[in-house]
Amino acid sequence: MMFARRAWIVLWKDLLTERRSKESLNALFFFAVLLLFLFEFALGPDRERLTAALPGLLWLGFILAGLLGLGRTFLVERENDCWEGLLLTPGDKGAIYLGKLAVNFLLMAAVAIVLLGLFGIFYNVDLWASLAPLSIVIFLGTVGLASVGTLFGAMTSQVRARELLFPLLLLPVQVPVLLGTVKATEAVLQGLALAEVGHWLKLLAAADLVYLVVGILTFEFVLEA
Amino acid sequence: MTRWLGWLAALGLLAGLAMGFGVAPKDAVQGNVQRIMYVHVPSILTAYLAFALVLIASLGYLFTRRTGWDRLAHSAGEIGVVFTGLTLVSGSIWGKPTWGTWWTWDARLTSTAILFLIYVGYLLLRGMVDDPERGARYAAVVGILGAVNIPIVHFSVLWWRTLHQPPTILSPERAPVSASIGLALLVNGVAFALLFLYLLSKRLALRRLEEEIRA
Repeated sequence: MMFARRAWIVLWKDLLTERRSKESLNALFFFAVLLLFLFEFALGPDRERLTAALPGLLWLGFILAGLLGLGRTFLVERENDCWEGLLLTPGDKGAIYLGKLAVNFLLMAAVAIVLLGLFGIFYNVDLWASLAPLSIVIFLGTVGLASVGTLFGAMTSQVRARELLFPLLLLPVQVPVLLGTVKATEAVLQGLALAEVGHWLKLLAAADLVYLVVGILTFEFVLEA
Repeated sequence: MTRWLGWLAALGLLAGLAMGFGVAPKDAVQGNVQRIMYVHVPSILTAYLAFALVLIASLGYLFTRRTGWDRLAHSAGEIGVVFTGLTLVSGSIWGKPTWGTWWTWDARLTSTAILFLIYVGYLLLRGMVDDPERGARYAAVVGILGAVNIPIVHFSVLWWRTLHQPPTILSPERAPVSASIGLALLVNGVAFALLFLYLLSKRLALRRLEEEIRA
């Protein structure tokens, strides 16, 4: 019970900070729009080509936004000795990890919704029909991305070459998540039933579970000063 | 001790070469190119051994906080990357005449490449953290996550596509290879294991010296 409450307090604190500063969300939304334009310029205005590439572009954009956004939750802790404050918190440090993970999840989910909406409008794709299965895929993918991203983000926030190291660590580990989500998104957008990609969903769920367990168990070693 | 290991490894490698070129028969379909397998397969097995050591040593470090475990994880990780690189390169050289291409996005090639990238990231992390104690902790976490990620990578890439012939040596059924080929492979495998131990003890000694200089 205390565990959940501690995680909730971390989440609430970060959401409050975000609501008052609106730093991460604004920047990430703008970044999502920029990515959309870049993809369009890189592939040309051919609608068929864009639609065919859509699942890949969607998740590529999503992961790029994650590279920018996921580390931020720990960067703010470095100021005013907040890091020491986290360290001094009694009890299981896994709760802090879960709280931070929830913040990152919400942040990335917001980006995903915006990105989807923009894709729907600019590339003229009908997303309403496949919204329900798509949201399941996005949920699983976001948990995978955020769970590893939170762990590595905490780590790299203490490192000199942060911007450099974070993607180098995160991207190779995220390959299975990227493969699974892109394949599942592809199938869902083609109107196939979720059962057709059941093996991918199971793989994503298993990956999420493994990352979560490793994150909760090892986070205390990362948090130490 | 280390010196003896070195000589043993050198002898083993010579014997392996002799077996691979002298005793093992020329492949009926692929010709002499097939002999690269005597380097390719021991390399990847050695790399797996090294990464398993990284996992064990990482766990050991987080539980005991002894520098010795960290030294072992670091050294094994570096050697594992070298052998994974060797696997990729030797596979490429074999693939060009056999498959007609240096590289193809086949499942086993891709997952080996991802393995390579994950552990290159692991080594980069070690290089970028200034405080050695913190570096050891972070590296241990990445070492554990990297290892448990291997099966997930394996299945994801397997379902993505596959072209590589299924593994012959590590499959549950009896390997359908002739005795002389199996023997040549075994000699090379032992030689590579000796080489690994030699490199490991060298690297461990080097790490100790690095720590002395830093202290």
